[in-house]
Amino acid sequence: MIMFIARRLFASVFLLLAATFIVYILMANAGDPLAFLVDITNPTQRAAIERDVTRALNLDTPPVVRYFNWLADVLRGDFGISARTRQSVNSELASRVPLTLKLVAASTLLSITVGVIVGIVTALRQYSGFDYIVTFFTFLFFSLPVFWVAVILKDVGGIRFNDWLRDGANVPVWLMVIAAIGAAIVGYSIAGGRAPRRAGIAAASAAGMYGLLWYLSYSNWFLRPGIGLPVLIPLSVGIALAITGVFAGIRNRKALYAAGTTALIGVLSYLPLQSVFDRESMSWTTALVLLVITMIIGVGVGYAYGGFDKGLSAKVSAITGLFIALTIFVDRHMQSWQEYSENPIIRNRPIKTIGDKEARLEGSFWVLNNDLVSHLVLPTVTLMLISLAGYTRYSRASMLEVLNQEYIRTARAKGLTERTVVVRHGLRNAMIPLATIVAFDIGGVLGGAVITESVFEWNGMGRFFIDGLQNLDPNPVMASTVVVGVTAITANILADIVYSLLDPRIRIH
Amino acid sequence: MTDERTPTDPRPDDVNSDVVLDELTHEQREVVGLSQGQIVRKRFFRHKGAMISLLVLAVILVMAITSIGAGPIPGWYPYEHTDLIPPVDREGPTISVVPEFLGGNGLAWGDHPFGVDNQRGRDLFAMSMRGVQVSMVVILVLALLSVTLGVLIGSVAGFFGGWTDAILMRITDVFLILPLLVVVSVAAYSFGATGLWSVALALGLFSWTGLARLVRAEFLAIREREFVDAARVAGASSARIIFKHILPNTLGTIVVSTTLLMGAGILTEAALSFLGFGIQAPNVSLGSLVSDYQGSFSTRPWLFVFPGLLIISIVLCLQFIGDGLRDAFDPRQKRIPKFKDLDRRNQTDQVIAQTAPGTRP
Repeated sequence: MIMFIARRLFASVFLLLAATFIVYILMANAGDPLAFLVDITNPTQRAAIERDVTRALNLDTPPVVRYFNWLADVLRGDFGISARTRQSVNSELASRVPLTLKLVAASTLLSITVGVIVGIVTALRQYSGFDYIVTFFTFLFFSLPVFWVAVILKDVGGIRFNDWLRDGANVPVWLMVIAAIGAAIVGYSIAGGRAPRRAGIAAASAAGMYGLLWYLSYSNWFLRPGIGLPVLIPLSVGIALAITGVFAGIRNRKALYAAGTTALIGVLSYLPLQSVFDRESMSWTTALVLLVITMIIGVGVGYAYGGFDKGLSAKVSAITGLFIALTIFVDRHMQSWQEYSENPIIRNRPIKTIGDKEARLEGSFWVLNNDLVSHLVLPTVTLMLISLAGYTRYSRASMLEVLNQEYIRTARAKGLTERTVVVRHGLRNAMIPLATIVAFDIGGVLGGAVITESVFEWNGMGRFFIDGLQNLDPNPVMASTVVVGVTAITANILADIVYSLLDPRIRIH
Repeated sequence: MTDERTPTDPRPDDVNSDVVLDELTHEQREVVGLSQGQIVRKRFFRHKGAMISLLVLAVILVMAITSIGAGPIPGWYPYEHTDLIPPVDREGPTISVVPEFLGGNGLAWGDHPFGVDNQRGRDLFAMSMRGVQVSMVVILVLALLSVTLGVLIGSVAGFFGGWTDAILMRITDVFLILPLLVVVSVAAYSFGATGLWSVALALGLFSWTGLARLVRAEFLAIREREFVDAARVAGASSARIIFKHILPNTLGTIVVSTTLLMGAGILTEAALSFLGFGIQAPNVSLGSLVSDYQGSFSTRPWLFVFPGLLIISIVLCLQFIGDGLRDAFDPRQKRIPKFKDLDRRNQTDQVIAQTAPGTRP
């Protein structure tokens, strides 16, 4: 294993050297980084800048020699200065990498979650109406030009949605009808059993969707969102039942009681938690500590119920705890939503299309988080379009492949319930190939971030690269290339290692 | 697919034997007595999505070529993409597909089907059609280059193995670790950023890596098969084995991934133009049109929407065609027969049995 990693790392160093060399030479041939000097009218100033930049970038040496000079600097940890701004590239990187990381992390996490769930459902209900609709949409998403969607989203989300909020946030009837029809189709396709039962479920989901939207519209929920205790209690019961149903089966009483107890603890701690949340010192560290406490309580409750399958109860109860904790966390954000959106800087137009934060906005942890979310929404949706379709397709294909294996037939033949077959024997094995896909997708998402960042004027790595390229400025472009290349290589090596850990049939040596 | 016989192929002398016919599954019966090429064609033509897409793509292509003409040959459309046209009263698109009883104009074409840009004095339909032509040229060059490079590198690496393989695959890795958009924009810029050919060349030179890997994997599997040994024993040269014996068996993979590559190529070209590293004025591509009119979405949406819809339609068609080809070439592909088909099949069998007594006991 160590030999494998060492060899891969060794090979990667050469890959990076070759790749950066190619980009450097191409960049050197692209044009003169000093072309902008024409715009400077003062001749002494112009000569001074020319001299400084030429010396800093070694522009008087041939490109190949210049590459090795650059390489020597990079190995010492110095990416040089930008020819245009004469700022240090290192300090630019330090401020830009976290921004791109936020964007990429948010969209990747969301696409994996949504994509895998949708992919599994379509695999389990292959050739259903839902399957065909999802297949069509994955093809459509594969075919969408990212920038085209981004511009439309900017208009729809940034202008029309904000106008709609200003005009009272009433959901029009046609939208409610369309959403209800959509819910009916999904309900009919996902439900099992015979036609009358499925039709019943379809009608119930349509009615539920229509009622929900009507209520949200009637109670001005979109202006004053919130969850609150009255909704949290039934929601917690639902989460406990659903998690137990999927991971342990409702018949497993110990697991069900463990999840129920965790849900009860969650509901009971709702009010005490609010005073913790309202403190001045609230930060992500506090949130993380609270999350860890939640997980410990969840695992503890599971083990306390005992039984021969303690681990399973602990897992079910911990996952239940996680979801309820997330709900309470989101609820607190919603409580601050009105304060955020009525802030004089926001002026009731909460969905933002430019930048990553409002520079002058001040407020509590929750208000600032709301600001981050409202800036993240549109770029994240745009980036998700790239990877969501891929994850859906791959998890569907992988699940179908696994469900056709002999061991699934064996599992069914020995009388296991459908739930056990799908979740324990199917799902676990179907998720293994995704490790490779995630690594592969990182490169695509970083490429997509270039476009997304330039449309939404998000000052991350992608914009850094594009600005550098437009100014024919070698150091920013090379720095971005190195960061992207290192990320891609690391992701690939990690994927190989994770793969071999998950699948004992694969041995790396 | 010349050297292979799929396991589902019955031996020809068994075809007329009733016992064997009864034991064949539904999909085996459908391919009895057909060559591999015929099977692939039959399966492809049965794929409804692929057929519709082929039709739509053909319509778009014919429209693009005949309307504004190609090179010196004039088309039937009165304007060209460079023509300066006087401002019109109604800038919006005159094309209509909404029937009259729904309040539309019925099926109508009008003077400027996709609308006009009065500020620059351009007809959008002419520009869009030019954009389709340019995008098509770009992806054809891209397909040609990447198939040549990818197949050559992949087959040599897979066939010879050892050091050749190691070196070629490391070169592939170098190209693979850099995001396509990043390399191609630098490359197109350094080749001289304004031209159609520099973009096409840059795209082609950096898009072959996926294909090379796929072809190599196929070669690794196929070179161990008996028919390759047989060819070698018969004295065939390496080149002959590669091109005559192994390559035809990888045709499916190559065709499918080239189709998908062309779809992705249109999107990459469009993204390049959008970022300002692709095709520049006075030439237009679909991507540069979208880029030019991104600011006019809220006031004159047609300028932005029509080129985008064309990109989506072309890529979507290529995706569906690729999907159809994949299904057609995959020998493991199974189609679940509908009860309707099975009933019809049983009925014809019975009719045959009744009209031709003696063939069945």
